[in-house]
Amino acid sequence: MDLGTPWDVEKIRADFPILKEQVYGKPLVYLDNAATTQKPQAVIDTLTHYYAAENANIHRGIFCLSEQATKRFKSARHKIQEFIGAGSDKEIIFVRGATEAINLVAQCYGRAFLKKGDEVLITHMEHHSNIVPWQILAGEIGIKLKVAPINDRGELILEEFKALLTSKVKFVSVVHVSNALGTINPVKEVVRLAHEKNIPVLIDGAQAVAHTSVSVRELDCDFYVFSGHKLFGPTGIGVLYGKRELLEKMPPYQGGGDMIRSVTFEKTTYNELPYKFEAGTPHIAGVIGLGAAIDYVQSIGLSRIEAYEQQLLQYGTQKLQEIPGLRIIGIARQKSAILSFVLGEAHAHDIGTILDRQGIAIRAGHHCAMPVMRRFNVPATTRASLAFYNTRQEIDRLAEALREVTEVFR
Amino acid sequence: MNGDIRELYQQMIIDHNKNPKNFRPMPDAGRVAEGYNPLCGDHFKVYLKLEGDVIRDISFDGSGCAISKSSASMMTAALKGKTREEARALFEEVRKMLSREIGKPFDATKVGKLAILAGVCEFPSRVKCASLAWHTMLEALEPTGKQVSTE
Repeated sequence: MDLGTPWDVEKIRADFPILKEQVYGKPLVYLDNAATTQKPQAVIDTLTHYYAAENANIHRGIFCLSEQATKRFKSARHKIQEFIGAGSDKEIIFVRGATEAINLVAQCYGRAFLKKGDEVLITHMEHHSNIVPWQILAGEIGIKLKVAPINDRGELILEEFKALLTSKVKFVSVVHVSNALGTINPVKEVVRLAHEKNIPVLIDGAQAVAHTSVSVRELDCDFYVFSGHKLFGPTGIGVLYGKRELLEKMPPYQGGGDMIRSVTFEKTTYNELPYKFEAGTPHIAGVIGLGAAIDYVQSIGLSRIEAYEQQLLQYGTQKLQEIPGLRIIGIARQKSAILSFVLGEAHAHDIGTILDRQGIAIRAGHHCAMPVMRRFNVPATTRASLAFYNTRQEIDRLAEALREVTEVFR
Repeated sequence: MNGDIRELYQQMIIDHNKNPKNFRPMPDAGRVAEGYNPLCGDHFKVYLKLEGDVIRDISFDGSGCAISKSSASMMTAALKGKTREEARALFEEVRKMLSREIGKPFDATKVGKLAILAGVCEFPSRVKCASLAWHTMLEALEPTGKQVSTE
């Protein structure tokens, strides 16, 4: 795989202050990037500078600071639009995260355009955030949730998906990259199949945008959601992309300031997109910080990031497979750099504790994807999820610590 | 190997995890309670057979990590034949031992073999594992009708 110009991982690591930290006297090995990613200095500085020198509310001040904050806020929205290849910045709605974005669509699109007996089709590898909002909607208006199965590799079975795409299905919501398995779904094909039947599609891109370049125009999806904190940006900020014509006809999510054009006690008219869905003062610092994170990612380049992470994944897969008794859960042919595994009789939490004392941060548990755990008949897995600042040496340390686990549980 | 880790995963804990005592359902149990920590997934049932005031039999089943399972196993071994009051008292001592401040001493004479779990307090995120079976046992002994969780 060609990385183009030389990949200097040490130089990249120097941009992330937390990677110099020690845990229990050992250098931190951070392998929980699917939960949240670390922040480069550029993002931290942007947040600090905003609060230290630029803080003001947006869209209302007639003073310098407010105008400046408004400008920065708007420019971040534009940056995000270009980052995901959306046609207009009116299609970029700020929310708290991918979870809130899915809830927004389930509530606003679902309650307005779905009715009792309609079906929403998801897959067996969804995060709870793409299951529960639809179940809430099911309880409210009587839609039905249908689940497309996955195979033993952890891949969506496209034939079964097609078969489930009956005339009763009125909405499709599918994860782009599985947080528990690493599977990259053929989302373009999913969208094509659904659109053949005029069914709108939401893609949950929480695990995708930091690792591969995404173009919503190319995917032709109707909604795309992601979280800023998994993209090296702040927590509490996320994005809902929606096609303009759909967002236009959807009712607002919450009522309040900013989302209105005029208010009387008799009648309120709503503001235009994107403000219609952004009641109240938004997370201004978060938006500007997310803009800085995108600048940072683009300065490295997503195609280079993807190529490097694929190399790391290959190396990590091989290293882990050499450990006796270790079984990787999720071996899709198209896979992101996520290594979910079980190790002999050792429970994921015991593994987590032992790794932690070696300074290695991984996730142990069901990864908010209980149905996936049940599908593979495991109570929990241990998950190492990689980012472009991870190294082969860190994977070696993981493998070494896992050998210690097998020693403890011999 | 890291000393704290050896302290936590002593051989006796590993042995109880591998071959837990009284690890079986009890179809004729007089009392059953369920303990579940949804975030981490530890899930056990504790069964009791009381004869008057005495725990005639006690068992557990379910799944969880080595700490939760070995703690449950040792608990059943320690409580068989004890009175309610003694069980309540041991619960208190174990609770104190597990949740004490790091570095603080505890009265090892009151907990017997269970002192092997003393190292758990060095791992705050694992105290909930070690205490799950105990709280479940207490619910079986003094039912409130709730599902137990220590998260």
